[in-house]
Amino acid sequence: MSQCVCQALPLREDLPRKIVLAGNPNVGKSIFFTTWSGVYADISNFPGTTVEITQGKLDNDLLLDTPGVYGISSFNDEERVTRDVVVEADVVVNVVDATHLERDLFLTLQIVDMGLPMIVALNFCDEADAQGIKIDIQQLSQQLGVPVIPTSAVNSRGLNQVRQALDQARPGRSCPQLQAALQTLSPRIAHPPAALLILEGDEEIAERYGVGQENQREAIYLARRRRVDELVAHVVRRPERSRRLRDLVGRLCLNPWTGTPILLGVLLFCYQLVGVWIAGDVVGLTEEAIMQGHYEPWVRGVIGQWVVLESAFGQILVGEFGVLTMTATYLLGLLLPLVVGFYVALSLLEDSGYLPRLATLVDRLMTTIGLNGRAVIPIILGFGCVQLGTITTRILGSKRERTIATAILNFVIPCSAQIGVIVAMLAVVGLPLTAAYVLVIFSVLAILGTALNRMLPGQSSGLLIDLPPMRLPRPSNVLRKTAMRTFFFMKEAYLWFIAGSLGVSLLQVSGGLTAWQNALAPLTEGWLHLPKEAATAFVMGMVRRDFGAAGLTELSLAPWQVVSALVVITLFVPCIASLMILFKERGFREAMTIWAGAWVLAFSVGGIVSRLLS
Amino acid sequence: MSLSELQPGQSATIGKINADDLRIQLLRFGIASGTRVTCHTRLPLGPVVVRFQGQEIAVGHTLARQIEINA
Repeated sequence: MSQCVCQALPLREDLPRKIVLAGNPNVGKSIFFTTWSGVYADISNFPGTTVEITQGKLDNDLLLDTPGVYGISSFNDEERVTRDVVVEADVVVNVVDATHLERDLFLTLQIVDMGLPMIVALNFCDEADAQGIKIDIQQLSQQLGVPVIPTSAVNSRGLNQVRQALDQARPGRSCPQLQAALQTLSPRIAHPPAALLILEGDEEIAERYGVGQENQREAIYLARRRRVDELVAHVVRRPERSRRLRDLVGRLCLNPWTGTPILLGVLLFCYQLVGVWIAGDVVGLTEEAIMQGHYEPWVRGVIGQWVVLESAFGQILVGEFGVLTMTATYLLGLLLPLVVGFYVALSLLEDSGYLPRLATLVDRLMTTIGLNGRAVIPIILGFGCVQLGTITTRILGSKRERTIATAILNFVIPCSAQIGVIVAMLAVVGLPLTAAYVLVIFSVLAILGTALNRMLPGQSSGLLIDLPPMRLPRPSNVLRKTAMRTFFFMKEAYLWFIAGSLGVSLLQVSGGLTAWQNALAPLTEGWLHLPKEAATAFVMGMVRRDFGAAGLTELSLAPWQVVSALVVITLFVPCIASLMILFKERGFREAMTIWAGAWVLAFSVGGIVSRLLS
Repeated sequence: MSLSELQPGQSATIGKINADDLRIQLLRFGIASGTRVTCHTRLPLGPVVVRFQGQEIAVGHTLARQIEINA
């Protein structure tokens, strides 16, 4: 339950050399990693969606992929993780975007100043060509003092040349004044990369070496920036602006008048893809026809030959909440297709360059609830699956923002599985009551966010985000990314879910479930004015959110009761799998506060709504 | 005048940046005092999108107010 969300993996120690890929976000590092090591890494057009180090093997060396950063210091978790890996590197492969050298060479020169052996992969050379950008590669290589190799990673060009050049990696030409300053530190700090970071005022590294803090960061950064600008002036020739269409699309996404309809269109597309097509048609096939229709009877038959089905053990294995029945059906029949669909939608949005523009568009709105525009990413993900959203809060700048976003996700946002059932039930009650439901949920979101923003100490960080050019997503990249993310998500989710449903199974077998249902009944009838059986739905809702909502469809409810029941089930506690993720990400105390708080919030708001409507 | 007041289409030179972390982060993107930027889009009370050297960066309102500019 540590507070730091980026835990460095234990690195393999048995391989002789550590080769580290480093670069700005979206420069294509991950393609190098994937091609060289055969392990999939994440590639996206949105800064900050990967926050972990990926490791693989390259011949006899250890290959490490780092999150994209604009420089090496400790502004956020991504940078801290990258810093620790780069400082210990034997060879750095610095991937730079040929169309953005003004930005990318800053990191390059920082690595040069560290004195680490390196090579530069000049990526997106084809795109630079297309934009008419001319780069004098020989001159660049001479000035930097390290090999520079042109590549186009998405077209697999130049990857082998970079690999073959690994042995020619060498320390680059650093700035003489800086090296003189580093000399004065060298008696105390033998490791030059660490010495540089200490000189740049990195407190954590200074502490590690037991030396006092230096702070020449600004002077060093300014000098480095000047050197970058001079370098670029020497080696890059850029034509006057082109790319009018891309620019126009980007502009339309940002303008509130055109951006809002575009956003609505994008949301509608995602809803059609995930909410209607996947959650309806595909899940209908996988969950009902395949898993419940064929798989469950088959597994019951097999297990029935060895175990008495009515026995406690039989119930745990293949009963209503059985590990081999409900858990398997849920994971493979429901969760898997939804997660795939969601990641396809997300990958399309990411690769197109739309997400940073969306973050910019909604920034103003998000600041009222103590978040900045970046937080729109985990919130949107949360509509697919609250777990995904909760994990993605890692990209936010401060602990305060992560707390607010996590609370909103787990209190208010219904997941796609639940939205399907909710939409179906609202269709019956008519437009005014549907509007009432939407209004209540949005009000709760606004009030909760505003209250948290007022209550929590500190200040949220402002928006500062790079807007990459709009691009047409490449299908191969979208599929590769979806496959990899789905795999890691399922790997993380399945054990927790098995554990959760095992717990409910034990409750049911021991009779605890019925007792619990009865205990809840007074609240249901007395306070919410709902039939006693609704309590069952709430109990089920703890296991799976859509289960809870689906439990309501079987009751005969008046239209106003439908609305108050749906309000309660929407605001109710997150499902077991989400709760487990919540524990992992936010620690025991915060997770339990949210879980217990959801009971209070759901029943309070539900009671008020039922009084207002009846 | 601060960056938050720059109108779309207008250009300006960055002056003093009144926040340490922000100054450092902008330096890494390539913006320092003296950099010439053009306002690409400005959202009402929201972020300013500036363009410079072929890059676009969105700067939130609170941060943009800490960046002084000269015409």
